[in-house]
Amino acid sequence: MLSPEAWVDQYGDYLFRYALLRVRNSTIASDLVQETFLAGLRSMKDFSGRSSERTWLIAILKHKIVDHYREINRGRSAREDISPNDSCESAFTETGEWKVIPAEWDLDPAKAFEQKEFWEVFHHCLSGLPGRLADAFSLRELEGLSTDEVCRILGVTATNLAVMFYRARMKLRSCLETHWFAQKPRGNS
Amino acid sequence: MRTCKEISQLVSESMDRRLPFLQRIEVRIHLMMCKVCARYRRQVLLLREAFRRYAARVEETELPSAAALPPDARDRIKRALNESQK
Repeated sequence: MLSPEAWVDQYGDYLFRYALLRVRNSTIASDLVQETFLAGLRSMKDFSGRSSERTWLIAILKHKIVDHYREINRGRSAREDISPNDSCESAFTETGEWKVIPAEWDLDPAKAFEQKEFWEVFHHCLSGLPGRLADAFSLRELEGLSTDEVCRILGVTATNLAVMFYRARMKLRSCLETHWFAQKPRGNS
Repeated sequence: MRTCKEISQLVSESMDRRLPFLQRIEVRIHLMMCKVCARYRRQVLLLREAFRRYAARVEETELPSAAALPPDARDRIKRALNESQK
């Protein structure tokens, strides 16, 4: 077992990146990392050694992240997230036909995954999601929580949550298309 | 008949919960006839895959967007850990 100081050096960056991706705020992310280490220290005797130390710390961090989401969303209204304003509505005509037709993504999408530039574009597009949409979407897609669980954590109805997921997917899809898939084909760099 | 807009919403919903039987059939039939919605479905499925891979990359590697624990936070955390052991 490492000493606490060595812990921070060994796992600090990893835990920080994990948290930052999900809460998108450096101060909050490092606070969560601190709480995680402290909780880890307190419960060290429960650490069975069956999982790796890192996996164990990540499990603690996940709880801290969910608690954080729960806290910041307590009592907030979902109205701002589902106002009928934006690109999703304008993607369709009044009769519900596609107005902006999704383009054929003619590159083998798997090839995009191998390119560093693709991930920069992905990062850019993800950063464009409004905070609550991003919260909801990462609880669903990264933590793999069910709709019911996300509803409870964020305090939104299932109907509103479905709209939020839809918005997030529409926005990401169209952003990736604009900034990557609709660009000229590029070679593997 | 459902519009493309409704189908795109149902496609998204189907990624988060199992749709009722009739809706599943409606979506399936629409997707057989509508190339654009079928394409939309492939693309949002790809998004799911991409998001997971992105997370794995950010956590594991040195992407430009990958950050490190800021030095002051690192020191603070070490102090807090030492304090709590006293």
